[in-house]
Amino acid sequence: MGDREFADVAIIGGGPAGLAAAAEAKGAGAERVIMIERDERVGGILNQQVHDGFGTKVFKEALTGPEYSAIYEDRVNERGVETWLKSTVTELTNDRVITVRSERGIETIEAGAVVLAMGCRERTRGAIGTPGTRPAGVYTAGAVQYYMNVSNLAVGRKVVILGSGDIGLIMARRMTLEGAEVVCVAEILPQPSGIAGNIVRCLEDFDIPLYLSTTVVEIHGNERVTGVTLAEVGPKMGEKKGTRRYFDCDTLLLSVGLIPETELANALGLAMSPVTNGAIVDESFHTSAPGIFSCGNVLQVHDVVDYATLEAEKTGIAAAKYAMIGELPETNINVTAGAGLRYVLPATISGGDAIDFTMRPWKEEHDKSVVFKSGGEVLRRMKMPHMEPAGMIRIRVGKGRFKHVVNNEILVEVEE
Amino acid sequence: MSENFDVAIVGGGVVGCAVARELSRYQLKVVVLERASDVARGTSGKNSGVVHTGINVPVGSVKGKYNVRGAEIFEQYCEDLNVPFERCGKVIVALTEDQIPDLEVLKEKGESIGVKQLEIIDHDRLKEMEPNIEGAGAINVPTAAIACPYTLNIALAESSAASGVEFMLDTPVTGISGEQGDFELETPNGNVSASLIVNSAGLFADKIARMVGVTRWRIWPCRGEYLILDKSVGGMINSMVYPVPPKGGAGLGIHITPTTDGNILLGPSADYTNDGDDVRTTAKIRRQLLAEAGEFLPGLAPRHVITAYSGMRPKLVPVSVGGFGDFVVEEVPEALGVMQLVGIESPGLTAAPAIAEDVTAWALERIPAEKNPGFKKTWSSVRRTREEELEVIDDLIGEDSDYGEIMCRCEMVTKKEIVDSINNELDATSLNAIKYRSRATMGRCQGGFCGPRIVDLLLENGKSPESLTLKGGGSWLFMGTTEDLRAEGKALRAGAK
Repeated sequence: MGDREFADVAIIGGGPAGLAAAAEAKGAGAERVIMIERDERVGGILNQQVHDGFGTKVFKEALTGPEYSAIYEDRVNERGVETWLKSTVTELTNDRVITVRSERGIETIEAGAVVLAMGCRERTRGAIGTPGTRPAGVYTAGAVQYYMNVSNLAVGRKVVILGSGDIGLIMARRMTLEGAEVVCVAEILPQPSGIAGNIVRCLEDFDIPLYLSTTVVEIHGNERVTGVTLAEVGPKMGEKKGTRRYFDCDTLLLSVGLIPETELANALGLAMSPVTNGAIVDESFHTSAPGIFSCGNVLQVHDVVDYATLEAEKTGIAAAKYAMIGELPETNINVTAGAGLRYVLPATISGGDAIDFTMRPWKEEHDKSVVFKSGGEVLRRMKMPHMEPAGMIRIRVGKGRFKHVVNNEILVEVEE
Repeated sequence: MSENFDVAIVGGGVVGCAVARELSRYQLKVVVLERASDVARGTSGKNSGVVHTGINVPVGSVKGKYNVRGAEIFEQYCEDLNVPFERCGKVIVALTEDQIPDLEVLKEKGESIGVKQLEIIDHDRLKEMEPNIEGAGAINVPTAAIACPYTLNIALAESSAASGVEFMLDTPVTGISGEQGDFELETPNGNVSASLIVNSAGLFADKIARMVGVTRWRIWPCRGEYLILDKSVGGMINSMVYPVPPKGGAGLGIHITPTTDGNILLGPSADYTNDGDDVRTTAKIRRQLLAEAGEFLPGLAPRHVITAYSGMRPKLVPVSVGGFGDFVVEEVPEALGVMQLVGIESPGLTAAPAIAEDVTAWALERIPAEKNPGFKKTWSSVRRTREEELEVIDDLIGEDSDYGEIMCRCEMVTKKEIVDSINNELDATSLNAIKYRSRATMGRCQGGFCGPRIVDLLLENGKSPESLTLKGGGSWLFMGTTEDLRAEGKALRAGAK
């Protein structure tokens, strides 16, 4: 086993969040930054996302996933970040000792600061409990995207998609363009899970029906999928009698949600949010463990990669500061999500800096406002012409507003 | 072409493969005929993995005899074959006070059959042993153990193959003619001649029996659904947790079983069906399993479930008759030369090594043979590294850098283990063959990350996309490349015009 390595900042995960955090950590003065990636290339999921639309917020132009990734790959290389590829972190301790396994052997890194940027995984058939037989032909959308765009493989001819998450919608279009027949998309919720633009561009433009409040109640076929039975569900997700419909297909594609890959965080015993399933962080994206930070989809599942990048850049800078100076702003003000919001992030702030809060609403709303309140007074009100659970809300609150905080408590809620 | 074997074993489940291994100690020509694309694909691969003590079987039964003997030799068996085995113990829990007398009855019965160290424990002692389990009291069965059922089945098969037994996969037996000393077994892959036949066809043993003129048995398939829980909650129990067996039921009741890999199984349910292949899972049973197991384990939540599967019991008695049907381990007068192993349901895994001893003795009486110098007493098909010390792993990586590449993050399976699984002794080629040898794709992401990488590896090894299957037969994974799909789409559109 090799000697112990030392790093100012170690970044676990080389996807969009890891790349941005690594580049900015180095830019902010961390001398040695090591980014550890399990795959043979950096970029994570961007490598398989050949459609465009990435970078409209950060670069004001629509790039493909690989193009977007390449910009950050160049940046980390130019700035001198060390990238360890085909390297898997098998253990992380509270004193920031990282065990890495790779073709070189077992190595350990002692880091001044650690950024968790492991992204997320797709929810599976087993997790949602789709009943029926267990044939070939049931795939998650992300896996199919890899097969089609990286390995050049076609998974089937006639496809039903369960779940209207963005990857599923994008794959509906992609598979149609490649010559497959997408029979329909079923979504168990009464509203789509993907963003509105993707419903239009990926389904409506190709006349693919979207059935809301509908799910797969049976998978058929012993060897390969031969069909699925769909049924409508009531408000409590129970199957509605008499609504079963059978659809012939050879493939069932699942786009039913993403789960943060928090196994390393769980092993540390970090304070976690039961809503986001990510770590609870302060304004520096600092977790409950000293020197351990979290950003990107392992913290909260983002709708657009640009926002994961922006979040990760701030995290990288904060991690560098922690590693080089040893301290971060103290955060005494608690931020809580109130009516209409599933969560708001960060959970604590100092009041000394402007903050970009991120949050998601419980349901679709029109012409309402998100308000930041303290002691019954409104600190900031933001008019929201349209809100949907599929879209993350970002609201900047200037530091001047925090002067009026009472009892170190801020409540954020949706108001008529 | 017809090959001549001393013994043809029909069915590559744990019983058939245990018989193959015992026979491979001798210089006999043995073939195993398996209809699926790999061994362990029926009842043997999908059960609780429990090495039973015998407490649940009637005194004086065939089941009892083989259960007790099997349990005696099981640990050594697993050690020789490098199969995970753990003597984790079992508690049979009375949920309410009124079930306590049932525990006394069970204890007495268990002791009479020779189960050692049984003790009745009260609520407080149960809480000490199993803090997360609710119950009024329990029997503690410290000698009960678990093993990895499919790893055992595969190791039995592979060690037998390495010792000289021939395996014919994807080879269902469609007819049998001839008589003792000169049987002819028809298969789609050609006829096979054998002097003796072992009928270890599990769910289809009644059909094989009929092919040699024995009509007295009928198998009543009884499906058992399971849920698998994530390893993150694997620590919720320390030992197996069983209910007091339901009276007249088809099974032992829904139990909570740790696996040797650190997951927890909930199940199995018991639903009779007409089709031994009908291994579907249902929403109803999922709810029922969570509710029933939840009575013992209040901390259980639906989000802990990573997947569901069904096994199938080859029961010899219909639902109307009730729970118990004894094992058949005998040669019957109307078909001499055929060893009938019929109705081998629970505790068949535990009993398999013991049944194999008797079947081998039976075969040797008819065909005396010398010891096989090529017999592989010990065997390890895939060296797992998940639980190795870091120093050991580091050395292994020095020998072969593929040990340094973790392909399946959830189950910590390296590229080397996947390559070893691909190059398996039986030449089983499906994705499931790799899964059951390496555990890749069995974790919480169910292959979301490693599945595509394993496919890439298979393609690099020269496989064509069309040839890849999930589990053999018609379970194709890819219709071809994206170019093939585009070409097909074009042709369809042209045809439509």
